[in-house]
Amino acid sequence: MSGFLEWLLGRLPVGWLQLVHNKARFASALAGVAFANILVFMQLGFFGALMGSVALPYQQMDADVLISSSDMNTLADAGPLPRQRLYEALAVNGVADATPLYYGKLDWKQADGTIRGLDVFGIDPAKPAFRFLRDNSKVKVLTLADHALIDIGTRNVVGDVLARIERGEPYAFEAKGRTLSVDGVFRIGGGFTTDGYLIVSDQTFLRLFPQRFAGAPNHVLVKAQPGVAARDLADRLSAVLPAYDSQARPVDVVTAREQAFQSTQRPVGMVFGFGIIIGTLVGSIIVYQVLATDVADHLKEYATFKAIGYRQGFFLGIVFEEAMVLAVAGFLPGVVISVLLYRLVAKATSLPLAMTMERPFIVLFGTLLMCGLSGLVATRRLARANPADLF
Amino acid sequence: MEKPLVISGVQHWFGEAEARKQVLYDIDLVVEKGSLTVLVGASGSGKTTLLTLAGCLRRLEAGSIRLLGQELYGASEEQLIACRRRLGFIFQAHNLHESLTAMENVRMGLEVHGVAAMRNWREACAHVLTSVGLSERLHYLPAKLSGGQKQRVAVARALIGNPEIVLADEPTAALDGESGLQVVSMLKRLGRERGTTTLMVTHDARILDRADRIVSLQDGRIIG
Repeated sequence: MSGFLEWLLGRLPVGWLQLVHNKARFASALAGVAFANILVFMQLGFFGALMGSVALPYQQMDADVLISSSDMNTLADAGPLPRQRLYEALAVNGVADATPLYYGKLDWKQADGTIRGLDVFGIDPAKPAFRFLRDNSKVKVLTLADHALIDIGTRNVVGDVLARIERGEPYAFEAKGRTLSVDGVFRIGGGFTTDGYLIVSDQTFLRLFPQRFAGAPNHVLVKAQPGVAARDLADRLSAVLPAYDSQARPVDVVTAREQAFQSTQRPVGMVFGFGIIIGTLVGSIIVYQVLATDVADHLKEYATFKAIGYRQGFFLGIVFEEAMVLAVAGFLPGVVISVLLYRLVAKATSLPLAMTMERPFIVLFGTLLMCGLSGLVATRRLARANPADLF
Repeated sequence: MEKPLVISGVQHWFGEAEARKQVLYDIDLVVEKGSLTVLVGASGSGKTTLLTLAGCLRRLEAGSIRLLGQELYGASEEQLIACRRRLGFIFQAHNLHESLTAMENVRMGLEVHGVAAMRNWREACAHVLTSVGLSERLHYLPAKLSGGQKQRVAVARALIGNPEIVLADEPTAALDGESGLQVVSMLKRLGRERGTTTLMVTHDARILDRADRIVSLQDGRIIG
């Protein structure tokens, strides 16, 4: 390592030798950097889980463009839309098909008396709105009244209910004064606002939610003809549909808009956003402390080097060298522990908490940057001092 | 030919405002090339301050010091750095880097002169360490060396760059009589062979015997 750094730096790797000389301090400095990394990774993970869980139902939609009420913020809060818009959409050039989506919420009382909140999708069984229903043999069952499919990713279901449903044993529970029979499963996964999802036919939906009526779905899912871009189709639909009650946007645009809404307008998103900022600050302070203490402890040696004739850049080089070693060596345990913690939290919360490809690079880059800046500040004291005053 | 060190009218103060205290008054001193000049005086007489001013380790506030042809009064940081590289400074405390071996500490004195100086650095460092009697201790960390051995590493570090002037602040304080004299002999030999000039602060009577000139300071003034 020493030889490699000597080759890399073209000088004696004083920073490295200094770090490994005091093993206990090196270990605690590494622990500090790793801790700062874990802190930031966890906050990024939570934030990512929020973004991911928002995107989950959209990703499964068998659609290119979504027509929703013009005041929609989230998939769940979109108001009813005149069904007329569906027929108007079908008349637009480039539209292959369109299907309604009704959206409601119901409580599922568990065997132990606790409640799971489920988001309910009412769909047309003849034109299923979700991709995973295309080859789901149970879809036909939905045409029967009061039959449903449940999200196998539903959080904290008591007992082996989901496993039994998956094996093909129908499961009945009461909700909204009706007895629902759950005959099969699909997978979306719960989020921050719901424990899981339930899919019923539009007819069953209207029985569960008698205040809703068939003429007003929450969304209309539009499929484009092959070769027609979602963006172009959305523009064409927008031109036809009245803007005062509806808007047509590509599904990925809707997803991005809801993610932006959740992260900037809703408390949970802002909490995690602040968490990232605080984590970065705390991490920076830890790194600065480590480097500043190290500079203070070696002031005498640095003063001697300064007396010999070394320039300020040389000391910056030593501290940068230390900063880079700490950043990289602290990052490795940090990323490993974070991945393990992600798994633990994902298991405990059923949230889509996972390491993305780019996140480690972002954190490593941020760590290098913070270590570098800290090193710059830490060596400032050395810059103007008379060497004789430092002994 | 210009003298290596010409000090004239140097005054110096320590502290700020009310606590400001003058430590040097109108110092005039010319040091001859290749000579061994010794500064003596009680503690607080200002001899170390004078040495650090001449060694570019402190900024000159009043007066003039011409070091190897460079005026230090108002000199830029770059000029001071250039001067420091032509000096060899031996400190009262050895000031070795605890994380570096004897060889590496000496190497630091050579590396400052750039890539060209680093050719055959191993041989050069080993040679100068051998000349101070440390051939058996090349790869020891300072913690494994005695006080005298550490001081000899510091001497080697000061001499590795072939300095034109050696400034030494009680270099023999940590050395036994024998090795103290060895160091002085070495400096005198360098003076004869290469014209290396030495300015040294010391109380060591045996060194005074071998000095070319003894300058005595008292309360910030040269008295003889």
